[in-house]
Amino acid sequence: MTGLLAAAHAGLVRHAGPGHGLRLGLLVVVVVIVVVVVLIQRQRRRDRTTMEVASPTASGAGPALATVGLGEPIPPGRYHFTDLVRAEWTKLRTVRSTTWTLLVTVALGLGISAIATAETRSHWASTPSFQHVGFDPTATSLIGIFVAQFAVGALGVLAMSGEYSSGTIRATFSAAPSRLRVLAAKLLVFGLLAVVFAEVVAFASFFLGQALLTSPATHATLSSPGALRAVVGSGLFVAALGLLALGLATMMRFTAAALSTFVGILLVAPLIVQALPTTLSQDIRRFLPDRIGATILTTTGPHNPFAFSPWVGLGVLALYALGVNVVGAILLTRRDA
Amino acid sequence: MIEARGLTKHYGAKVAVDGLTFDVRPGVVTGFLGPNGSGKSTTMRMIMGLDAPTRGSVTVNGQRFGDLRWPLREVGALLEARAFHPGRTARAHLTMLAQTNRLPAHRVDDLLELVGLSAVADQRAGKFSLGMGQRLGIAAALLGDPGVLLFDEPVNGLDPDGIRWVRHLLRGLAGEGRTVFVSSHLMSEMSLTADEVVIIGRGRLIEQTTIEDLLARSAHQFVRVRSPQAAALAPALEREGATLTVEDDGSLSVRGLDAPDVGDVAAALGATLHELSTQSASLEEAFMELTDASIEYRGAATDGPHPAAAP
Repeated sequence: MTGLLAAAHAGLVRHAGPGHGLRLGLLVVVVVIVVVVVLIQRQRRRDRTTMEVASPTASGAGPALATVGLGEPIPPGRYHFTDLVRAEWTKLRTVRSTTWTLLVTVALGLGISAIATAETRSHWASTPSFQHVGFDPTATSLIGIFVAQFAVGALGVLAMSGEYSSGTIRATFSAAPSRLRVLAAKLLVFGLLAVVFAEVVAFASFFLGQALLTSPATHATLSSPGALRAVVGSGLFVAALGLLALGLATMMRFTAAALSTFVGILLVAPLIVQALPTTLSQDIRRFLPDRIGATILTTTGPHNPFAFSPWVGLGVLALYALGVNVVGAILLTRRDA
Repeated sequence: MIEARGLTKHYGAKVAVDGLTFDVRPGVVTGFLGPNGSGKSTTMRMIMGLDAPTRGSVTVNGQRFGDLRWPLREVGALLEARAFHPGRTARAHLTMLAQTNRLPAHRVDDLLELVGLSAVADQRAGKFSLGMGQRLGIAAALLGDPGVLLFDEPVNGLDPDGIRWVRHLLRGLAGEGRTVFVSSHLMSEMSLTADEVVIIGRGRLIEQTTIEDLLARSAHQFVRVRSPQAAALAPALEREGATLTVEDDGSLSVRGLDAPDVGDVAAALGATLHELSTQSASLEEAFMELTDASIEYRGAATDGPHPAAAP
């Protein structure tokens, strides 16, 4: 993250005094946050009332008992992977945490991108021109999605840890005892949602940011060198982090443990590595997700010699996600549910 | 049909279930009795493939649970009071379960109707009372119309109407030829629903028998006699082989003779009887006697109902 912020810093041209573009960006974020808070409050008020609906009486159960019968023979074959995929999709879309985390992703992704680009634009004229040379309009417009990665990570964690914290996991495995297939279905459904959503937010951030970088500020188009790679790559980067987060939750089962590990990898690990001797830290640094992300994002200037190239970095991150999920899968099959 | 053979579960050094062998057959309600902490829940979780046995095996309809082709259509289970996400609606919870086993969507509505939750089907289940949560769990268990049903302490948290409804439901399910296996730590509850009982203590099988047999064999069965001529009646009964205890209220507790015999002896003497009745020890007492040696948490386990099965 520190690397990302450094990259953002290099890309941003900063000066004192807010321009009206900045105010627009801030307004977007504030409006979204207010809407989210209001909706949560309303939900809370509704939650406070515990309801009670009387149970059916013994006499009333007589005729109803007939409906226990399904009235159809057990079909041939067995429960299939596609059945599990359908169930996992239902699970994902029927909890509110999905809606909230996705809303936060949009708010952070677009809002912060809007702030960053609008601020740059408003100070453009007063910035010394040598700073304009290194300006990276693509990276500046995508900076928000790298903050939104935390929301997608939280969603990945909750997709699995929510089953454990609520006890749903026992219902799930009682209906489908093949744990690996359940995990695979969950990874597939969450992974697809994360990829599609992160890509949509990445493209939207890019176009919003470029639109705010009006003349005389330089802006990028998708055909600018590295721009398409940065946009597509940042979406994939966030989705891969989401899958990594889901794998951590499968390993650890507890929301707090998995979420703090995820945040630790992104925020704390770079600080620890930075404290090591420089020669050592630079070699290790390239393996950290934040440096990988910064490289994917950056489209101008020389390539950092202490970083993987964007696609290799993405591959390394995918290997992390795979590794964590393999460990999670092994634990899932060995442990009592 | 559930068949356990030498079923054993260790948690570290602790032996939770120790060499359990029993059969649960279809068409009757089989109670699964034992004090709190005796291994009932662990056994049920092993039947459902959630916990792996350390040794031994258990099969449902002749198959390991993990090998069932359509698990929900063959086995339904209520294992814990609230095995659902508090943010999900009752309908969504049942829908996602139905989808795993390709059950028709109308099943969800049918079951919500059956357990009386139709009116709150689209409310989030986190708001439900304990009893409503229990009924949602029962709906989930019945979703696939399974031939084998497991219920772990199903009446916990239910009001008297709900308890009657569950008893009626369990008997009805068994009456349809299903295998119904119900755990409880309360013998009195089982005496009202179960035909057979599997009794365990400290993870070991104490016995598998019928409720009637358990009662009949109870050491506490005796005949109570009250008579103004008790002084004359007592030696006569003793001559016939009875053991007598004179109670504080002047009545006689007769062991070793049944009520008709006592009546005959009294008639032969011409004694007037004010009371002649067979007294059974309550099932609870019979249960306590059987499990006495095996109670793990005496003192810690109070008489009150155990809060929703600790996992």
